[in-house]
Amino acid sequence: MTSEPAYNKPLPTPSAVSQPFWDAAREHRLVYQRCRSCGTRVFYPRDVCPGPECFGVGTLEWVDSTGKGWVYSYTISYQPAHPGFADDVPYVLAIVELDEGWRMNTNIVNCDHDSIEIGARVEVVWDDVTPEFTLPKFQLAG
Amino acid sequence: MDDSLRGAAAIVGIGELKPERTRPGRDAMSLLAEAAYLAIQDSGLTKADIDGMIVDPELAVGSGGGYAARMAEYMGIYPTWATGCDAQGAAGVAMALQAAAYVNAGLARYVLCGMGAAIDPAMRRRPPAGGRTETATTEFQAPFGPTVAANGWYAMIAKRYEALYGATVEKRAKVSVDFRYNANHNPMAIFHDTPITADDVVNSRIVADPLHLLECVMPCAGGCAFVVARADVAQSMPHKPAYILGGGLGILRGNLTHVGEITVSPVGRGAKKAFSMAGYGPPDVQVMEIYDSFTITVMCELEESGFCRKGEAADWIQAHDLTFEGDKPMNTHGGQLSYGQASTAGGCAQVTEAVRQIRRDGGEHQVPGPTDLVYVTGSGGAFSQQSAMLLGSEATL
Repeated sequence: MTSEPAYNKPLPTPSAVSQPFWDAAREHRLVYQRCRSCGTRVFYPRDVCPGPECFGVGTLEWVDSTGKGWVYSYTISYQPAHPGFADDVPYVLAIVELDEGWRMNTNIVNCDHDSIEIGARVEVVWDDVTPEFTLPKFQLAG
Repeated sequence: MDDSLRGAAAIVGIGELKPERTRPGRDAMSLLAEAAYLAIQDSGLTKADIDGMIVDPELAVGSGGGYAARMAEYMGIYPTWATGCDAQGAAGVAMALQAAAYVNAGLARYVLCGMGAAIDPAMRRRPPAGGRTETATTEFQAPFGPTVAANGWYAMIAKRYEALYGATVEKRAKVSVDFRYNANHNPMAIFHDTPITADDVVNSRIVADPLHLLECVMPCAGGCAFVVARADVAQSMPHKPAYILGGGLGILRGNLTHVGEITVSPVGRGAKKAFSMAGYGPPDVQVMEIYDSFTITVMCELEESGFCRKGEAADWIQAHDLTFEGDKPMNTHGGQLSYGQASTAGGCAQVTEAVRQIRRDGGEHQVPGPTDLVYVTGSGGAFSQQSAMLLGSEATL
């Protein structure tokens, strides 16, 4: 048996409110919150609804995303701030907008960087980085 | 009442430290104190005169609450009002506006505002060991590869701006070049001795695509401070007052990702308030000090402030000469891109430069034309919160 090198990149430190996101990610399900009072789709996870006319507290419910969306914007990063990414440069940091209308930060992986463009269709792929944490990343949709 | 603060307060003293790559052995409190002492002396005041203080929470990192009081004690100043202003790069302008309100509300007569920034890791205060420092938002950023400073966020703004409006580095480069020319005429600027060309910018290495190294600020150590007094008090002080004619903030988000079109910078709402309070419009502005963390920052702020239409900033920049000798003098001290960015003191130095131009104390980089009306902006986070202010000479009242 050979042991994998230890994962040396920053890991999430979930709070009580965000833990369900990481629990679902471990099961390869991408989830976001939706307000049962006003329907607002919410990401990042929180306890109260930020909807324009909503004062909902505890009204946000976890729902499954299709995991499909598009590249809202991206950058090819050549200079990482964290030493754990030193061997990865250049890598792609992106904002992806899911088809349900919410956005998240992620990486675009498994492609030639020249083939990425704003507006490109993408789908979630799962990176099981540690036994506890799985990160949602995205690849260009075939 | 939208016009309640128009001309009601002025900046009466300024002080700043030359930005340096590092200031070994100096922490943020010490750097702020030195800048503050310069500002108080420039005002012709004593420490005992300072009865109001607004300082930056950079001082608070890792040290719990009470940082304004500890800063006061550190300097031997004992005000009757002291508070923080947590507006990141927007804080220079925000502090001036907050101070204008304080002196007119009778909370203080002379308000000292300022910030210091240490860059030497040994001198930066750290959060307590084991403390939870991650916020709900960074939890969803850091695992995907943080970039140096805000480079990644502004790169995504620039990337999207390129896709929507087509302005690439060849056009953005002029921002860096014109500001560098100004810095070459300002001995306080960290890049005073290094001229650059557009080719230098285009050929500098890519930090985060599409932003090149010479489109990004260099973090520095430094400090900056100023003193605000009520207008009638200011009139009998040593320097020609720089009157606060109007201002406001636009606060949109805590981080770039989740809210709104990212190429729209939130300064627009602050600018509308500033111009409406002052009774002036963009065409009246004679000098601009536009917060320049990156080239793209300047372009979006110019558009949202109303100097040109959305998507046209690159062409506007090509059509104008932004040097201190030019038709649209901008970032006359060199801008943060070439003067240096000592954290939040970088934004503050754009306020003090505006004051210097109004006083006509710019020396070698003094704008030769009229400098009675100056527009200043600040920007915090990644287009998170931005501030706008009009400063004017007595002639603008």
